[in-house]
This record gives sequence, structure tokens and C-alpha cells, in this order.
Amino acid sequence: MHNPESLHPPGALSRRGALECMTWAGTGLLWSLGGGLPRALALPRALAAEGSPAPFTFLQISDSHVGFNKPANPDASGTLREAVAQIRQLPEKPAFIIHTGDISHLSKDQEFDDADQILRDTGVPLFFVPGEHDLLDDEQGRSYRDRFGRGTRGAGWYSFDQQGVHFIGLVNVVDLKAGGLGNLGADQLEWLERDVAGLSSSTPVVVFAHIPLWTVYPEWGWGTQDGARVLACLRRFGSVTVLNGHIHQIIQKVEGSVTFHTARSTAFPQPAPGTAPSPGPMKVPAGALRTLLGITRVNVIRGSEPLAIIDTPLAG
Amino acid sequence: MSTPHPLPRRSPRWLAAAVTVPILTLATGQGALASERTGTDPAIIRIDNFTFGPETLTVAPGTTVTWVNGDDIPHTVVAQNKLFRSKTLDTDDRYSFTFETAGEYAYFCSLHPHMTGKVVVTKPTD
Ligand SMILES: [Cu+2]
Repeated sequence: MHNPESLHPPGALSRRGALECMTWAGTGLLWSLGGGLPRALALPRALAAEGSPAPFTFLQISDSHVGFNKPANPDASGTLREAVAQIRQLPEKPAFIIHTGDISHLSKDQEFDDADQILRDTGVPLFFVPGEHDLLDDEQGRSYRDRFGRGTRGAGWYSFDQQGVHFIGLVNVVDLKAGGLGNLGADQLEWLERDVAGLSSSTPVVVFAHIPLWTVYPEWGWGTQDGARVLACLRRFGSVTVLNGHIHQIIQKVEGSVTFHTARSTAFPQPAPGTAPSPGPMKVPAGALRTLLGITRVNVIRGSEPLAIIDTPLAG
Repeated sequence: MSTPHPLPRRSPRWLAAAVTVPILTLATGQGALASERTGTDPAIIRIDNFTFGPETLTVAPGTTVTWVNGDDIPHTVVAQNKLFRSKTLDTDDRYSFTFETAGEYAYFCSLHPHMTGKVVVTKPTD
């Protein structure tokens, strides 16, 4: 693994440089939601940076696929445990963890039980949205909702507020249409419109869902057919961060005030779009697997001087 | 805004792979393909690399069609008209359905809806 300090001397970390860090940073990303322009830093670099501590930090974890035991990773529970151990060692305890789905591989009770037990060891509250692998029980999601989706609406969507940031968990893995992509549906979109109607446009918004809400690669189903409706709904907000999973690799895009980001899996990597015959699990040399798995760390900083904030190293 | 991961272009190799998917059924008509299967052939549709193969299968009424999942990822087989719906098929799992009535049966994978296929049930021409 590269040494981030050698690539980015202190004080010289440009926005572009920060984003480039994401291509190789092993397991951690640090996010700022300041001045409407979220920025990412490689975690080791950011932790070393000077500055005032952030108001709060949360983590994103995704695609743990507990129960998966195929050649790409014979022990998905083991790598999830490693991720949890890594979280426990963070110098700053996160306020909570967002899991962006595919908790289990086949929605079996044992898989959900194991995942629950492992994730509990983080010692912080967890928020979930389901992936398509979490809705495979005979009642198509009942098991997920009973365990991880209590108090949510519909197939498991909800919102909450944390220190001035509005968080929205969406479900785009239900009632998928033949030939289509991820799907939110009219009920959920109407709820979303009502949910954000009373919010000031200066409220930072974090939206999370399993399948990317923007079109990453439709040939592999990597997108959400009515995802544009979500973005239309959030267009007036100064800072919107969209966190997704599903594709088991980091891809980021920024469009105006909206930053899109997908997290790595803790179970197995998938190929970059179009670089393989299918998006199936990618078998890599044993030593390389853990460089392709990981967690995402999100650090929320509120500021009132956007330009100053953009050039200020993030606290950590 | 520059993205750190520009999407790679689809390589010509995969484009080539994509166009070899047999669209033959549509081009040649159902009777021609149906006659390629003899009465004793098992009607198998393989699921490999997130693709149903053959994408279109033509069978005679009364034929039992079996889907076999060869991927390391689970898939399902769901009729668009809701006539049949498999349980989740893990690696090497199978699902069978017997088609009694002539017609076209479009189906897809409910987990990966970009995966679509069709079974055409028609009396063999002789
Ligand atoms: Cu599938």
C-alpha cells in the first residue's frame, strides 16, 4: 500500500488530490459536508491532519453478504469481523453506522443472526436499508423488516435527523421490473417529497440506498430507474450526499451540490464496469482480497464560509 | 468535476461476446428452432454470467424446462405474467416448470431484472 504522506505533503492536499486518494486508500474515507461541497480524504492522512475535531463522525458499511462462502471469499463472516475490529480501533468513536444492504447472502435466519451478532460488537447504533439479498425469505423481506427494519415504512424506508443533518434511507430493491434497474416506486417517492418539504434548503442531506441512485452501468443493472426523481426532489438543497453499495467498489461522482459515492463490500470485490463478462464475485489473489474490501468513514463538519472550508483540511 | 474513476469503455472483447448471443430464434422463426430439439433432449436453460442461455428457448407443449444456476450469485426465474416463480436459486440449484399451453412466456430474474429470457411453446412443424 502507498504511503499517503509521500503523495500528499501536509497542506498541499488539493481537492483533486484528495479524490485521487480514493482510488487506493485501503479501508477508510473521511468526508466533510461543509459549504455544500463534500470532500473526501484518505483516512490515514485525514487522521493525521491538524484542526478542530469534527462535530460528529459516522460510518458506512456495505454488502457484508454473511453466508457467502464461494472462492472469491470463503469466509465473509470473517472479513466482516475484521471490519468490525477495525471500527473498534478508530480513535474517534462514530456516532452510528449506516449499513447499505446485502447484510446476508441468502436471507437465512442463521445469516441474519450471525450478522447481527458481529455488527453488535461495534458498540454503536446501526441503521440499515435492505439489499436484494436481504429479501429472499419466503415472505420477501418480512425477516429483514422484523430484525433490521422495525419502525420503518413500506419496504423499509425512513428518515432521521442527527445534529442538523437530515438522513434518508431508501429501498430500491423491491418490485423490480423485467429489463429494468433498481426501483423506488411511487409510494416511496411521494413519502420522500413530504419528508423533505419542511426542511430548509441549507440543511445538509445524506441519502442512502443499496443500489446506486444514479446510473453507473445499466448493462449490469447498476442504477435506479426512478432515481432521478429523488435528485429532483433534493435539487434545492445546498449539500446532498448519496451513499450506495451493491457494486462492491468505490465509484464517486459530483454533480453540482450532489456527491455520489459507492462503498466497498466487506465480503468480496466485483469487477469495474464492463471489464468482465458479468458483475459476479471477482476472485483475486489471496493477498489482494483485503485491499479491495473496506468501510467508509464520514465526518460531518458544518461551516459558514464555504470557500474557507474547502481549503481547510478536515478535522479528524 | 473530474472523477477519480472514469468508467472504462466497454472493451471490444465484451462487445464481441455480447453479439454472439443467439438472436437466431427471432430471425429464423419458431418452427425452425423447435425442430432442432428432439423429443429426448432435456430442455435446459443455463444461468451463467448473469445471462439466461439460450435467451430464447422453443419447446413443444408439455415440455418440462429446467433452469440451472451456474453463477456464484443467487438468481431467480420469474414469469412476467406471474405464471411461475422459482425460489432463490443458489449455485447449482435447479428449477423446473412444465409448459402445457402454446404461447410466449417472458421471464426475468427478480434480483437482477436486466436478466431476461423467453420460452416459446409451440407445436413442432413437420
Ligand atoms: Cu439474477
